[in-house]
Amino acid sequence: MTTEVTTQALGWWGVPLAIIAGTMRGGTPFLFVSLGECLTEKSGKINLGLEGTLLLGAMTAYGTSYLTGSPWLGVLAAGIAGAFLGCIHGWLSQQLRVNDVAVGIAMIIFGSGLAFFFGKPFIQPSAPQLPTFNLGAWSSNPAVQAALAVSPLFLLGLAIAPIMRWFFRSTRWGLFIRAAGDSPEAAKAMGISIFKVRLLSIVVGSFLAGIGGAALSLYYPGVWTERISSGQGLMAVALVIFARWNPINCLWASLLFGGAQALGPALQSVGIKEGYYLFNAAPYVLTLFIMIFTCSPKRSLFGAPGALGMEN
Amino acid sequence: MQSWRRTLESICLPIGAILVGLLLFGVFCAAVGANPIAVYGSIWKSAFGRWNTFQNTLIRAAPLMLSSLCTALPARLGLVIIGNEGALVVGGLAAVSIGLAMGTSVAPTFVQIGMAIAGMIAGGVWIAIAGGLRHYRAVNETISSLLLNYIAIALLNHLVGGPMRDPSSLNKPSTYPLAEVNMLSAIPGMRVHWGLVFGVITCVIAYFLMQRTTFGFAARTAGGNIRAARIAGLPVGKLTLMVCFLAGACAGLAGMVEVAAVQGAANESLNVGYGYGGILVAFAARHNPLAAVLVSLLVGGILASGGILQRAHDLPDATVLVFQGIIFLCVLYSDSLFGKFAFFKERPAPLPPAPPLKSPTVPT
Repeated sequence: MTTEVTTQALGWWGVPLAIIAGTMRGGTPFLFVSLGECLTEKSGKINLGLEGTLLLGAMTAYGTSYLTGSPWLGVLAAGIAGAFLGCIHGWLSQQLRVNDVAVGIAMIIFGSGLAFFFGKPFIQPSAPQLPTFNLGAWSSNPAVQAALAVSPLFLLGLAIAPIMRWFFRSTRWGLFIRAAGDSPEAAKAMGISIFKVRLLSIVVGSFLAGIGGAALSLYYPGVWTERISSGQGLMAVALVIFARWNPINCLWASLLFGGAQALGPALQSVGIKEGYYLFNAAPYVLTLFIMIFTCSPKRSLFGAPGALGMEN
Repeated sequence: MQSWRRTLESICLPIGAILVGLLLFGVFCAAVGANPIAVYGSIWKSAFGRWNTFQNTLIRAAPLMLSSLCTALPARLGLVIIGNEGALVVGGLAAVSIGLAMGTSVAPTFVQIGMAIAGMIAGGVWIAIAGGLRHYRAVNETISSLLLNYIAIALLNHLVGGPMRDPSSLNKPSTYPLAEVNMLSAIPGMRVHWGLVFGVITCVIAYFLMQRTTFGFAARTAGGNIRAARIAGLPVGKLTLMVCFLAGACAGLAGMVEVAAVQGAANESLNVGYGYGGILVAFAARHNPLAAVLVSLLVGGILASGGILQRAHDLPDATVLVFQGIIFLCVLYSDSLFGKFAFFKERPAPLPPAPPLKSPTVPT
């Protein structure tokens, strides 16, 4: 992997460089999944199944890219596969007495099952990867060049965050979604179909999460294995709480998580083998501590959609 | 009192959901080019058909029963805990540590008791963390328990790959193996180990604890309406911690059983799907510990048939996961069908009908 090349050439300086590079690389899937989850939760439903969506997206992107030779078609297919799972979640979680968290757990099993089922033949072959913008071209050091190869998917995610914020604040449809999430009664009075608004939010959110999967398999780490996602989809749900349901905060939080994820591999590559697996647990521990410090039993969270997690 | 029609409804709907799930799985098999009838036949034969193969199902059902309680007990308190896998892993690790530490210095029975207690305490504390965070910090228990799963697996990988590694385990890093005499033996006349008995007994105890004791009543009250429970003076925090501890202890015991009866050492085989399987069992059993025994047999059968699906039908091992996912989704959907079928409705009692309540309806 490129990270290892980076750090071998630069010695200890490689660690911060690898973390910066990892922030962009590892942060990309977090960014897409958290934006998708942000959109979903704004409409008043939780989608815990994005872990499964991420895996199915990663597999679909890789498989499509391998079979057609076009990685961009893979990205699109990943989004569509995500939207398919989103349709199931959106419909089922809005049935009477059906708990959206439970549906999310079932969707993790179903989504990862589908991904592993159809992904079996794609574990060996190598698929064409997405092109990157080489911002490190000024440097003669190949390690720096490799670290600063920025994916267009990352830039796309960077662009979506402010657009989504504008969408929530200033557009009619954004208002509909916020109304459905904050006060379903008011939304009904406005004459909006809550079912349709939530279904659409979940489907589009899952589409984004599917693209996050494509970032995993077509950008970094750029392979398809059954262990490619290790809880990123789930951490993204916690990340949205940390980001207070604000798309711009989702961006910063994703970068933080991406950096935390790069810590283990970066230290390993400079020869610190001790506790490799423990460093790999850094993002989970970080998520847990962030949730402990941001949640409080005394007040509901600032920015939380009012009807989030309510019974149907 | 529940009328028999209601009871019948709560039995028929999950069974119907599982049958529909089976049907949809057949459609899925047909769509990927396998003969659904032959697949059903293989599953039946390898899971339930013969006594010899049925024992494989029983071996897998034992940890499922224990692991399902990790979700089913807190569900009575209104908590969705899915840390089964993590509690199972730390339970297994603790059991191995104690088993190796005690070695052959004392009688095997004491070693086994020590391992079981260690596993239960470790698993219990693990889930009590999620419960405590829920109560004292309002941290979402579903997410925290899932994060604890990943942390437990990282801990397992760390210990198995380094400090506790047996240098002779090359391909599959493992801890040093337990002494042969300390292993849980098979039930006489069967290949199935005593873990099955542990599972059934624990489920029965859990049922009586939740349905027939004041403790269970208090827990169910707190799950039904937390504000009312507080006003009634119930110690909600203590209840949360205790129920979560018991739930985790069950999963920890599952880990001990896996280690002491099947694996003989702790390695990555500890997290092979008893976690997710246990969640499925708990939901399909509608969080009833007695029903969990039966559903565990079914899900254990599904897990046991993974091998034959691979060999006879060339279906990848993830088929089992897809199957579980489909059944889970169907079971969840069946929840929305309660009260939809006229047959299960209570017949109008001789009481005069109450005047219809005028509720403010919102024009749509």
